[in-house]
Amino acid sequence: MPSDRIKIVWIYPDLLSTYGDQGNTIMLERRAALRGIPTETVHLRSDEPVPQDGDIYLLGGGEDRPQILAAQRLRNDGGLNNAAARGAVVFAVCAGYQIIGHEFGGDEGQQLPGLGILDIRSGRGQQRAVGEVVGDVAAELNVPRITGFENHQGATTIGPNARPLAKVVAGVGNGDGQGFEGAYAGKVLGTYMHGPALVRNPGLADLLLRWALGHEIAPLDDSWAGRLREERLNAVLAAQQG
Amino acid sequence: MSDLPLRSQLAVALGRTAAKMSRLAGKGDGSVIGGRIGLRFDPELLTRLAKDRNLVLVSATNGKTTTTRLITSAMAPLGEVATNAFGANMPTGHVSALASAPGARYGVLECDEKYVPMVLAETGANVVALMNLSRDQMDRAAEIWLLAGKWRKALEKAPQTHVIANCDDPLVTWGASSAKSVTWVAAGQHWREDSWCCPECGGPLDRRDTEEDSDWRCRQCHFSRPRPDWSLRGDHVIDPQGRAIPLDSVQLPGRANRSNAAIALAVVAQFGVPPERALPLLAQVRSVAGRYTTVEHQGRSIRLLLSKNPAGWLEAFDVLAPAPGPVALSVNAQGPDGRDTSWLWDVDYRILRGRPVWVTGERRIDLAARLEAAEVSFTVVDDIEQAVLAVPPGHLDVIANYTAFQDIRTRYGRAL
Repeated sequence: MPSDRIKIVWIYPDLLSTYGDQGNTIMLERRAALRGIPTETVHLRSDEPVPQDGDIYLLGGGEDRPQILAAQRLRNDGGLNNAAARGAVVFAVCAGYQIIGHEFGGDEGQQLPGLGILDIRSGRGQQRAVGEVVGDVAAELNVPRITGFENHQGATTIGPNARPLAKVVAGVGNGDGQGFEGAYAGKVLGTYMHGPALVRNPGLADLLLRWALGHEIAPLDDSWAGRLREERLNAVLAAQQG
Repeated sequence: MSDLPLRSQLAVALGRTAAKMSRLAGKGDGSVIGGRIGLRFDPELLTRLAKDRNLVLVSATNGKTTTTRLITSAMAPLGEVATNAFGANMPTGHVSALASAPGARYGVLECDEKYVPMVLAETGANVVALMNLSRDQMDRAAEIWLLAGKWRKALEKAPQTHVIANCDDPLVTWGASSAKSVTWVAAGQHWREDSWCCPECGGPLDRRDTEEDSDWRCRQCHFSRPRPDWSLRGDHVIDPQGRAIPLDSVQLPGRANRSNAAIALAVVAQFGVPPERALPLLAQVRSVAGRYTTVEHQGRSIRLLLSKNPAGWLEAFDVLAPAPGPVALSVNAQGPDGRDTSWLWDVDYRILRGRPVWVTGERRIDLAARLEAAEVSFTVVDDIEQAVLAVPPGHLDVIANYTAFQDIRTRYGRAL
């Protein structure tokens, strides 16, 4: 790459932006800027075509009906599938995580087709998972222990062509009884840690930036976001022991 | 009251005793426990207590306590009005409110959004006022599209009920439009992040928003903003006769309260109280359960603003003293606040740039991370008193979410 520059495409904030998902775009922009890397962010409405020249595509959380609408529109558009096929970074949260899989559960228990970008299948779980979640990330990703907030009723099973993002230390995660949270394959990564997952986990934000740039990046002083991560980890693990 | 069956009378008496004991034990005003015991003894108590009264239900994500208070104040010319002034907005609170005013022919009940269908079915309320719906405490509250759908079904089954609804909010409009008779109030909408898609068909909404007016319509289907009967225009309300009614006498600050006042005027007009009679009564309301109260402490005038969700913060920013007036922010994540602080990232804090900002509350580090990313300078303090003593004597605005607000209120004296 002649000069570093990152184009971020925030997919459908009019449908999939329920839990502070904007935090993820802000964090990517900020952590790139602190390293002198310019970014351009597109807030893509659901009536617009998915741009083909994005480096990082973000999908957020949403209610049942908006999730179904978003999945339909992305399937009709086809642009996100093309972007993933050519190796763009995709980071999907909660409802967005379910959408990028092969199928997900709709509002009346029906199974609906997803985009099939990630080898996962989701359905409705027995119980709603609401609370803090902590997990130890797959070693090859070189990301420290992750922390976030989950609020979903999904049960997601990972197929042979994807790997678990993390092993659950606290909370529920994928909810299929395997004790994993999230999944990834290539540069496509999904998680139930909703909303500002990249704020709570600066290491995960840096992973996406490294993937987009194709090379290592200088470390940063994580300042308040780093302190937030520590404070949350301590609070959750203390509650678990107490 | 004497018309109540013996069992219900007993239920009311037991509930009243429980409430009194709860108060004596210093556990709040007792309206929840009192109502709970009453309902356990007579499950149909709410229906019986509502009988033969003219009732208004008030619901929204934001502003329901304040609007309930404004309507209650403006209904005074009609006689005694029963109301749940303490914000106990579920059926237990409604039972307490009605039981404690047995002679009141009128009632104004703040109602939690989720409980509107149930309370409407049980009380057969004459009027339902619906103001706004936006994301709020997602870890425990219902999803808002789902909620609006339940309002629709409930109103369809209540043809006797008249609805007063804010037609600037597309989701509220959709939720209200199944009602047989509706008064539409263009009461404004400033938080629009939950209103970009058509609630009817999911298509894109085309919006035209100016300072003075909003309009919206779906690009794909027939759904569009109904023609308003009442309209908020800056500092005035235009009534159905086209008269411009000035709202400058309303003491509660900001555009959100002008919006609440517009709804209140439309509601009381439905009961025959004209705006010119209602306005001086609205003007008597200066603070609502501590909201907007100014506390004098150590030479500082501390004004308390309650904000529980992104739309609420937008309205709090609207009433801040002009920059560079100092601001203290306090956020907790107890059960009533919602344990998930993700919503902080939906609030645009950049508006605070250039002010001295203090940050406190149990989740002050979440706030610090948020403000840092918004490039707002701030100081983190362990409690509100440190912020109060750090600002020069004069005005300090404090914005806090629910339990943080209650902590600060308790600290500086509830009576104020």
